[in-house]
Amino acid sequence: MMDLASHDWRGMNLRFMKREIYQTLDQAISPIMAVVKLLGTWLSPYSCKVIWALKLKGIPYEYIEEDLSNKSPMLLQYNPVHKKIPVLVHDGKPICESTVILRYIEETWPQNPLLPIDPYERAVALFWIKYADDKNPLIPKLYRTTGEELEQAAKECSEILGTIEEHGLIEGKKFFGGDEINMVDIAFCIVAHWLGVFEEVAGIKVFEPHKFPKLNSWAQNFKSVPVIKENLPDADKIFAVLKRRRETLLAPKSN
Amino acid sequence: MEGEVVLLDFWPSMFGMRTRIALAEKQIKYEYREEDLRNKSALLLQMNPVHKKIPVLIHNGKPICESLIQVQYIDEVWNDRAPLLPPNPYQRATARFWADFVDKKIYDLGGKLWRTKGEEQEAAKKELIECLKLLEGQLGDNPYFGGKDFGFLDVALVPFYCWFYTYEKFGRFSIEAECPKLIAWAKRCMQKESVAKSLADQEKIYDFVLHLKKALGIE
Repeated sequence: MMDLASHDWRGMNLRFMKREIYQTLDQAISPIMAVVKLLGTWLSPYSCKVIWALKLKGIPYEYIEEDLSNKSPMLLQYNPVHKKIPVLVHDGKPICESTVILRYIEETWPQNPLLPIDPYERAVALFWIKYADDKNPLIPKLYRTTGEELEQAAKECSEILGTIEEHGLIEGKKFFGGDEINMVDIAFCIVAHWLGVFEEVAGIKVFEPHKFPKLNSWAQNFKSVPVIKENLPDADKIFAVLKRRRETLLAPKSN
Repeated sequence: MEGEVVLLDFWPSMFGMRTRIALAEKQIKYEYREEDLRNKSALLLQMNPVHKKIPVLIHNGKPICESLIQVQYIDEVWNDRAPLLPPNPYQRATARFWADFVDKKIYDLGGKLWRTKGEEQEAAKKELIECLKLLEGQLGDNPYFGGKDFGFLDVALVPFYCWFYTYEKFGRFSIEAECPKLIAWAKRCMQKESVAKSLADQEKIYDFVLHLKKALGIE
């Protein structure tokens, strides 16, 4: 980038000077003004994860609500492999998969870090993020199943909570990484908020506070963080949608 | 920087191979310990209590679990040589996206090829070929997924190459016929000592699977 102060302006004609100045300013401003877009859905925890990361780092973005029953050409163009939200678009370039997106955000905008700096602590954080990513799809089975399948789903969910309680959380620490919220806390958001709704829809209780005391404390702490609290989809609204979904899924099939 | 490095592993594991390749690329001296998965060592159970799985990388007594996390850890700690992750965030996001795709698709689909028969096997074969073609498309005209240089996504995928023979025998098809560029890429990777020394022999893998099927009671 040109150093305007030390540039030799003598003898340069005015029009050329103006062009040089604008080009230099443009290069300086572009990364800051580069457009960030997020394609998401209001009730998706994966979508919320990206919103929280952007807000925690103070990154302005344009949000686009997708209708997954009628996917936009933009979504299909930006995520041809999985055709899913969330998709982050930065400077016209798409990034897909919520954890990949969060790591991209972390590396591009390092302020308010969401991952530990020490390589070992980071590896531990990434382990738990992967654990959350692998197990998250199992938890919604609670609202989609009934009878024996529901019992099995509840058992799986209970085991997951038990593992986090025993191995993931440290007594006395407010969050997974210590005093501040980070990417691991964000990764477990389904446990903190959506799980309660699944339980209500299915009429089953899995996350009993006395069975998982550390996890229960953590969930309260997580939901109290202002950025999270102000950007959490309303539980009643999620309930209404999932109740309808459950009724449709479990309706007896006509011959 | 070096310290003590131990790898708990199992010779046919494509996940263990990823870590072996990364360690070899960085020329790190380490102790390799073969685990008997039917009789897991106390050390393995202690170092990976959540999953009880290999590979486990132990650096100065502290465990790192999950192969791709190990590769990234190795790249960060031994950052003065043979970089594996690309330099800019967008390239890294692309590499991570496709490595995640490999993890989500290739292992399970490949497994179905030798575990199942009939329609289920045919469906798995079809989907596996589609996934490999998608990956092949990512190569473009580059010698490696990392571009000019061997990198993170190459490390993530190349261990499956020694399992292709097994997939082909059980699925009765040729991966080279479907994805010639991908096989050319794999053979190019095999020219690297780090890869050639880390991958298992493909016929030994096939024998291993035959024995495993008998032990599991799968026809």
